[in-house]
Amino acid sequence: MTSDQIRQVILEILERIAPDEDLTDLDDVRPFREQMELDSMDFLDIVMELRKMYRIQIPEEDYSNLNTMAGTVEYLLPRLKDVAVGA
Amino acid sequence: MNVHPTYEITGRKVIAVRYDTVIIGAGMSGLSAGVRLAYFEKNVCILERHTTVGGLNSFYRLRKRNYDVGLHAVTNYAEPGTKQGPLSKLLRQLRMKWEDFDLRPQLRSSIVFPDCALHFTNQFNFFVEQIAAAFPQQIDGFRRLVTRIAEHDALDLERSALSARQVVSEYIRDPLLIDMIFCPLMFYGSATPRDMDFNQFVIMFKSIFHEGFGRPFDGIRLILKRLVRHFKSLGGHLKLRAGVQEIRQTNGVATSVLLDDGTEIEAENILSSAGAAETMRMVDPNAPLMKAEPGDISFVESISVLDCEPASLGHRDTIVFYSDSKEFHYERPNVPVDLRSGIVCSPNNFDYSQPLEDGRIRITALADPHYWLNLSEEDYAAAKDYWNSQIIQSALQHLPDFRPHVIDTDVFTPRTIQRFTGHMNGCVYGAPQKFVNGQTPVRNLYLCGTDQGFLGIVGAMLSGITIANRYLLK
Repeated sequence: MTSDQIRQVILEILERIAPDEDLTDLDDVRPFREQMELDSMDFLDIVMELRKMYRIQIPEEDYSNLNTMAGTVEYLLPRLKDVAVGA
Repeated sequence: MNVHPTYEITGRKVIAVRYDTVIIGAGMSGLSAGVRLAYFEKNVCILERHTTVGGLNSFYRLRKRNYDVGLHAVTNYAEPGTKQGPLSKLLRQLRMKWEDFDLRPQLRSSIVFPDCALHFTNQFNFFVEQIAAAFPQQIDGFRRLVTRIAEHDALDLERSALSARQVVSEYIRDPLLIDMIFCPLMFYGSATPRDMDFNQFVIMFKSIFHEGFGRPFDGIRLILKRLVRHFKSLGGHLKLRAGVQEIRQTNGVATSVLLDDGTEIEAENILSSAGAAETMRMVDPNAPLMKAEPGDISFVESISVLDCEPASLGHRDTIVFYSDSKEFHYERPNVPVDLRSGIVCSPNNFDYSQPLEDGRIRITALADPHYWLNLSEEDYAAAKDYWNSQIIQSALQHLPDFRPHVIDTDVFTPRTIQRFTGHMNGCVYGAPQKFVNGQTPVRNLYLCGTDQGFLGIVGAMLSGITIANRYLLK
């Protein structure tokens, strides 16, 4: 997957977790939590959705990489480079 | 994920008999936990002894009419689209929509004590104004209490117990106001007599006064049916008429459950919503590994079906919490029914777009479970009739005389609750001692539901979700 494709996947996950949020103006470099109501339960769901969709295991010590959209994409890019969208 | 490693031949059907998690009880907490686990592809089975789902919040049909069992109102009301609060949190966690719950807000509720009435709606400021008008000396203290409540994290699973009466008395001096605040909170969620744990108090205060009441037009069956459909669509298994007789364990690790019909089902983990004492008896009926006393706070409820809307008789309140004595007595009474206080609920008095099929008045009062459980069958029927009329008579101080309009009646008692939920003493809010972190002495056996400690419909669902997230999704 490319960076853009990963970004799209994350957006879809966020929409599933927080359907009442408007994500059109999401700023990629600001933390998710500053822009939307996302508690620790919701945050863990991002990790679990990724595991469910792409069988990717994200260790707890890496969670801090997922605070922003830019950080998430950067973290996932090498890990998902050989994975097709919707795999 | 476990991929059905063992199979059992029953008749011609091949059923998987080993699950990642077996959940005991298809009430709100068990179903919610089940949805979470199934959504994340765990192999999960919910076992329910009764013929239908719901547990303490179920539904039934009698003489061609639909009834809800426990539901007066769903607490924690929030407008659809709200991003914060427990209801929003649980909808997100369950990947369900606001429409799935279809909650309509209450009109207005009241707390009525001798010479004093406070009203509240789903707008918290209205309640604050009511208190300011009726208790001008206490309003500053009340506001400080509200700040303390707002800052308290009641969902912390490692919390320690604290007397709510003690905390509240630091802010409010008038005993009448203290009892009026405690009355709805205890009636709708206290497993302990006279006082509550402060954490519990905070949960109830927020859920009732801050957020308020709502109800689906179709009652609790709507939420339950949506939950079941969602659970099954995610691949979860639900078995009704499947009571668990025994939880088998070796060296502190649960291995399987044995059903009433002799079927054995293996599981990596077991999550029980059956109650702490009830669950530990399934592990070992003779020498429970954990001291867990069942609660004894229970109720009798009189349900009257009317040929008209209660509002047409002048009764517009959604719920009235009343105490006819200045001091509110919340404890197991030493008479069959404590007529000094009660709750009047009219499911008609919510903001629906059309009227319900018929009028309903439900009146609930504290009851002595021992009396109701020990009656003979014939005395039981007579006692139900007698106390039904007594309850109505005593509640008539707080609503117009609706008796000429009654076209059908049903009554439930602690005996009904024990029979259909398996909760000892027919207790409604579980054991006085809660097991907030959900753990038991058996390593892979966890508790959710009333005895874990988040109460009410939304609380029960969050209980299942929280324990599933914490232990069963690893």
